[in-house]
Amino acid sequence: MNPSDAFTQLKFRDPKRARGLRDALDRLVHDADHAPVSVMHVCGSHEQAIAKFGLRAAFPENLQVIMGPGCPVCVTDVPEVDEAVALAKQSVRIASYGDMLRVPGTSQSLADAKAEGASVDVVYSVTQAVELARELDEDVVFFASGFETTAVATAAVLVDDPPDNFSVLSAHKYIPPVMEIVAEMPETKIEGFLAAGHAATITGSAVFDKFVERHGLPVVIAGFEPLDVLAGLVKLLEVINSGEPRVENAFPRCVTREGNVPAQKLLWKVFRPTGGRWRGIAHVPNGNLRLRDEFAKYDTRKRFTIDASELWSYAPPKLVQQCQCGDIMAGIAAPSDCQLFGKECTPDTPVGACMVSAEGTCKIWHQYGGRPDLRSIKRGAA
Amino acid sequence: MTRNARFVDERITLKYGTGGGAMRALVEQVFAKGLGEVEDGIGLAAMDDGAAIRVGDQYLVIATDSHVVQPIEFPGGDIGRLAICGTVNDLAMMGATEPLALTCAAIIEDGFPRDDLKRIWESIRAACKEAGTTIVTGDTKVMGHGELDGLVLNTTGVALTSRLVSDSGLRPGDRILVTGTMGDHGLAVMATRNELALETTLESDVAPVHTLVRRALDVGGEGVVALKDPTRGGLSSALHEMAEKSGVGIIIDETAVPLRDEVRAVGELLGIDPLVSANEGKAILGLRPEVAAGVLDAVRSHPLGRNAAIVGECLAERPGFVVLDTGFGSRLLAEAEGELLPRIC
Repeated sequence: MNPSDAFTQLKFRDPKRARGLRDALDRLVHDADHAPVSVMHVCGSHEQAIAKFGLRAAFPENLQVIMGPGCPVCVTDVPEVDEAVALAKQSVRIASYGDMLRVPGTSQSLADAKAEGASVDVVYSVTQAVELARELDEDVVFFASGFETTAVATAAVLVDDPPDNFSVLSAHKYIPPVMEIVAEMPETKIEGFLAAGHAATITGSAVFDKFVERHGLPVVIAGFEPLDVLAGLVKLLEVINSGEPRVENAFPRCVTREGNVPAQKLLWKVFRPTGGRWRGIAHVPNGNLRLRDEFAKYDTRKRFTIDASELWSYAPPKLVQQCQCGDIMAGIAAPSDCQLFGKECTPDTPVGACMVSAEGTCKIWHQYGGRPDLRSIKRGAA
Repeated sequence: MTRNARFVDERITLKYGTGGGAMRALVEQVFAKGLGEVEDGIGLAAMDDGAAIRVGDQYLVIATDSHVVQPIEFPGGDIGRLAICGTVNDLAMMGATEPLALTCAAIIEDGFPRDDLKRIWESIRAACKEAGTTIVTGDTKVMGHGELDGLVLNTTGVALTSRLVSDSGLRPGDRILVTGTMGDHGLAVMATRNELALETTLESDVAPVHTLVRRALDVGGEGVVALKDPTRGGLSSALHEMAEKSGVGIIIDETAVPLRDEVRAVGELLGIDPLVSANEGKAILGLRPEVAAGVLDAVRSHPLGRNAAIVGECLAERPGFVVLDTGFGSRLLAEAEGELLPRIC
């Protein structure tokens, strides 16, 4: 994207049009026969947009918009981080996205391993990791995180004949199954989901049909500009109030019913879904993406013997035990409920993964001041 | 709740150089201890843009600034122009708009090209001429190859003024004026560095703003109650500092903040908010409401102030905080944290 393309996107930031959507939200929440109305989004980019544009202060008081497990860095489980750290300490070169370096494992993060002399490189894309492997005369392991969106990029590289010294340690995750988990949690009062527009660009809107059928909860796909988020919420409230749960696409400029079929083919050609733990959430059946046997040659787990047991001999830091990331990602708790938030746990010294990633709820709340009640701010002299 | 109630870590990391809360903690807890008290003036503890010492019926204002920008030549300027403008502007932010003289210390890396130095000094001469001042003494050191990166410049300036303007004079109801578009310098420098290899026409705004400030002071008089230049940490850090020192909250209308389209777009691409990005040719003015319109007109009539705007006002609520009205809703404005923008000036 060049700067002028980026600028044309900004037309979805018209405050005047936002006012109309906010009025519609007010009306719809008022029309619902109960209060509060609780909905969940499952995407860090949605939380970013909500926080950056101050939308929470503009939402109707009786609308709860909860951030679910939508940050891939945050749900990367401790054993997955441990695998990468153990490899790094075995003198294998690791390349990963910047945020992944600071996610705490059992006793260390990749950044800690790097500080002790391990070779850990920050890359901005999987392609950059492949270039690194081409330049170097040693093994390069790409520690891959992200949902189906980024997994497709990893898949594209693997079918394109990468060098033999390149392999992938996959921590990729697949979003639709975790929505089922959250929908079934006894504590949740979620009445509908706002689904992530970029993921749905790949999967298509139809992927949510079965979910709606099984759980009777509506799903609305929304984009990431402030008007997209507001329009998505308006649509979601309309569907909730109609009493007829269904899938609606409020991001039609990118998302189709069938999605990006070649990308889906690529995704499932390279990856297979398998069950696994999501950090702080639960075991998620089919929630993890692992390389298929045909790509074993590029599968770090098959190429190396990873012994992380040494990392477990340390007593886990006490602070981590107080971390509430799991409840926060399940939408049961807010960052302000956590006694570490903003005190022991800050972006400088994160305790939990939610404070690491730019898509993590705690980091976003810390950056933008969380959910202070700014509705009452009065202008003019006291 | 006190903002930035933090302790300085065992090691000084890059975050202490970003001009935000971490740096203020370092100055408070280490540098300012037992130093810098000034009777009837402004000393180190005030952490203002400079110091002021009473001499007869005037104040002698002193400001100093070190420059480590990378690359040393960037679109719209270079380290030399930056070093002159930075110090001239710091003096102006105390109300001292006639710089008497500057000093300049250069620390040079072994192997630095002579022709580059000559070019940078050409730019220093031009900037001095533009600012109506000169360098009257200096110091030269050379360090080994790899012991520093290229060139570091320090400048110190002195000026006299009969009226001091601090950065802590705000009270509820006061208006906040910015003298032009925000974030230009920081994003112009970042765009040259970022791995995305952006091709942009962004230029740094680096310029001496003392004549602009003089014009505002002449028109606004005692109604100009606070001055600050939004350098490192951008508008956000400057406003936080002003809010905290003045004991007021500040609300900013994001849609009123002047931004170049390209700055907005590049900021979006790089994920850097122009409101935390550095400026080197701008000032923030705190104004009593009754002088706001007149000062705005005066500033706009200056070549460096054409895009000036009133962007917000001070609140009795939420002292020390800056609330951003985005047009969609509102949130707290964040300060830059960590090593987001190292070596920007």
